[in-house]
Amino acid sequence: MPMQAHDIETMIKEDIPDADVKIEDLRGDGDHYAVYVVSPSFKGKTRVQQHQMVYNALQGRMGNELHALAVQTSAPKEQ
Amino acid sequence: MVDQAVSDRISQEIKDNEVTLYMKGTPVFPQCGFSAAVVQVLNHLGVKFHGVNVLEDPGLRQGIKDFSNWPTIPQLYVKGEFVGGCDIIREMFQTGELQDTLKEKGVEMENAA
Repeated sequence: MPMQAHDIETMIKEDIPDADVKIEDLRGDGDHYAVYVVSPSFKGKTRVQQHQMVYNALQGRMGNELHALAVQTSAPKEQ
Repeated sequence: MVDQAVSDRISQEIKDNEVTLYMKGTPVFPQCGFSAAVVQVLNHLGVKFHGVNVLEDPGLRQGIKDFSNWPTIPQLYVKGEFVGGCDIIREMFQTGELQDTLKEKGVEMENAA
């Protein structure tokens, strides 16, 4: 079963509450998404660690129900 | 849980090869668009790498995910260190960070420009 965009967003925000999450349905098929996550909690972490936090929030769905989720993460830009 | 034999195999492989790509298919014939994208980046930079086809070995296909704590394939290792999957490699290539990382780690690039 593919996941709905808002479910992905909800799961990420539950685990990373300060995250700003944007989701794009790349093909409009509810199966290929790109997610952009910006969170202060990413600061000082490597990209691998940031992505691991996102995958963690998705509780094992990545690589299963979610086979095509492109992830891009960053800490907010310094003001 | 990481299977010990698989884990030992991976540890050895990423030690024996400067650059190792765990992928679906082979460098010449990738069988997944995400794997193909990383192969393309490495070829573009002229980096020699060891490709490992996880489709030939179900134990490895799951084992590499457990080993790296990373849920998807491809996975790129440079000098024993996990650098990232397809999204990260693409992003790092575009920003030039991948080239910097490879240079820092002393990996030869034939087309480093």
